[in-house]
Amino acid sequence: MAKTKSLLNADHPLSIEEAYESRPRLWWMYTIVVLIVAALLGWSGTSISYHGLASKGMTIAQGIGYGLIHPDVNLLFNLTNEGVPYQLLQTVAIAVLGTIIGGILAIPFSFLACDKIVPKPVALIFRTVILGIRTIPSLVWALVWIRVTGPNAFCGVVTESVCSIGMICKMYITAIEDIDTKILESLDAAGCNGFQKIRYGMLPQIIPNFISTVIYRFDINVKDATTLGIVGAGGIGAALIQCMNSSRWSMVGAYLAGMIVLMILIELFSTRVRAKLARG
Amino acid sequence: MKKKDANASAVKVPLLDRIIPPKTITLPNGHTVRKPVSRAPFISVIVIAVIWISAVVTGFDFGIIISRGSQLGYILGRIFQPNWSYFGGDAANTSKLMGALFDTIKMSIMGSVIGATLALPIAVLSSTNINKNGVVVWFLRILLMIIRTLPTLIIAKFASLIFGLGTFAGTVAIVVFTFGIVAKMMYESIETIDMGAFEATESFGANKFQSFWSACMPQILPTYLSYCLYSLEMNIRAAAILGYVGAGGLGILINEFIGWRDYESLGAVLLALFVVVLIIENTSQYLRRKLS
Repeated sequence: MAKTKSLLNADHPLSIEEAYESRPRLWWMYTIVVLIVAALLGWSGTSISYHGLASKGMTIAQGIGYGLIHPDVNLLFNLTNEGVPYQLLQTVAIAVLGTIIGGILAIPFSFLACDKIVPKPVALIFRTVILGIRTIPSLVWALVWIRVTGPNAFCGVVTESVCSIGMICKMYITAIEDIDTKILESLDAAGCNGFQKIRYGMLPQIIPNFISTVIYRFDINVKDATTLGIVGAGGIGAALIQCMNSSRWSMVGAYLAGMIVLMILIELFSTRVRAKLARG
Repeated sequence: MKKKDANASAVKVPLLDRIIPPKTITLPNGHTVRKPVSRAPFISVIVIAVIWISAVVTGFDFGIIISRGSQLGYILGRIFQPNWSYFGGDAANTSKLMGALFDTIKMSIMGSVIGATLALPIAVLSSTNINKNGVVVWFLRILLMIIRTLPTLIIAKFASLIFGLGTFAGTVAIVVFTFGIVAKMMYESIETIDMGAFEATESFGANKFQSFWSACMPQILPTYLSYCLYSLEMNIRAAAILGYVGAGGLGILINEFIGWRDYESLGAVLLALFVVVLIIENTSQYLRRKLS
């Protein structure tokens, strides 16, 4: 880049050919990247082998296709506990409570993990704890919590609360670090006390960020909650996996259709609210 | 908040302000200011109602956590005393853990690369500034949206039913997941690029592909690579649990150890995962900082 600039500033303007000749050349970097990726792929290929379809693979694929086109309409509009609407409601309920509890629990954690507020060693300890929480997959959390709460939707709620902490904290910390401290100084100069400084100087800066984070996480939690049922922690996953295991494809189709519609609605909702929050 | 009399009706008034009209305050200098009704009470009522319904539906019972919370402490305590025989203490155990760990890493690398490669052309086709064909754009976007709504575990379950148990099914699931997410992030960033260079190249007589390659690719390549790395980070975590539905990798061990209530071994698996995630995240974040 520097070379090009100095050429441009020279007395005579560059002809197109000269400018083209002096373009940055990065071929060696591209070659290295391609070689690394190729090497990684070659290594990865060693234990992933295609053994053809499973013995009933084709029938199952056809069944899935058939079920998705012909969902079980009875199940789709059935208002009992087995029906799609109730299962979806439970899934969303797990995500709502999990997100709210996680969002609240994350507040002290993120303040304690922010090295602008607490001493560096303390922040480091809390950051490690947060990373640890984030590394344990939600399914494992669910399996651990099941021993405490038993296999029910409440297990899903606690699981989601704990799992949300990791990511929410990460984004809270960024929001806290971005606080404009000049505002606090000017409030100080205007004679505000500590509480007023927090109420009028800090909260308006961080609350939109926090709410936006929580809504974003809610989006993820709904998706997570659909799979928690696989281990028995409530939500639509349990019914879905049972139907898949017993090859009742039109029921699978009904559950999937409900899930897809729900997820799309929630994504639209969350994008809209977050856009509104960002615009202020 | 000052209201102009001329085109007052043209301004869209929020529903709430039409039901309860805003309070008008006349300032000492004669100007009138309209103060809309506070939204806070309405939003809090809605939020409280949603929380209450959710608590009823999920059978929220904090008492259980207090009365049986010691169970969690017991399990976590055992997880935090990992079984070190999986790290070189016992040859069979070590090779079992390392095999599963490398399977997970291989699945996520392979899946990320294939998924991200497939995603690029689709992302180009579904960005409105390059593809002027609205029908194709919306068809692809809806397709991507549906793909993104499917949880990875469900895709893995389907794949393991169709392709049989093993790492291939897991790779398929990761390919689908990466494809959906990278394609979406890419078409969003392709739409923000500067199209001037594209038009200039086209006016020289280059065809669409040539002008995209020379004018748009340099702009999107860093973003694309950084999204690829980001999806690799996510995929390592996702791949770790795919084995739970029979799609190979660490998940098989996790399932086994929890079934046997062998939490020390589970701790060893999680520790291995933790280290790998830490290494890959830091490498990828370092590379992404370089890219931007």
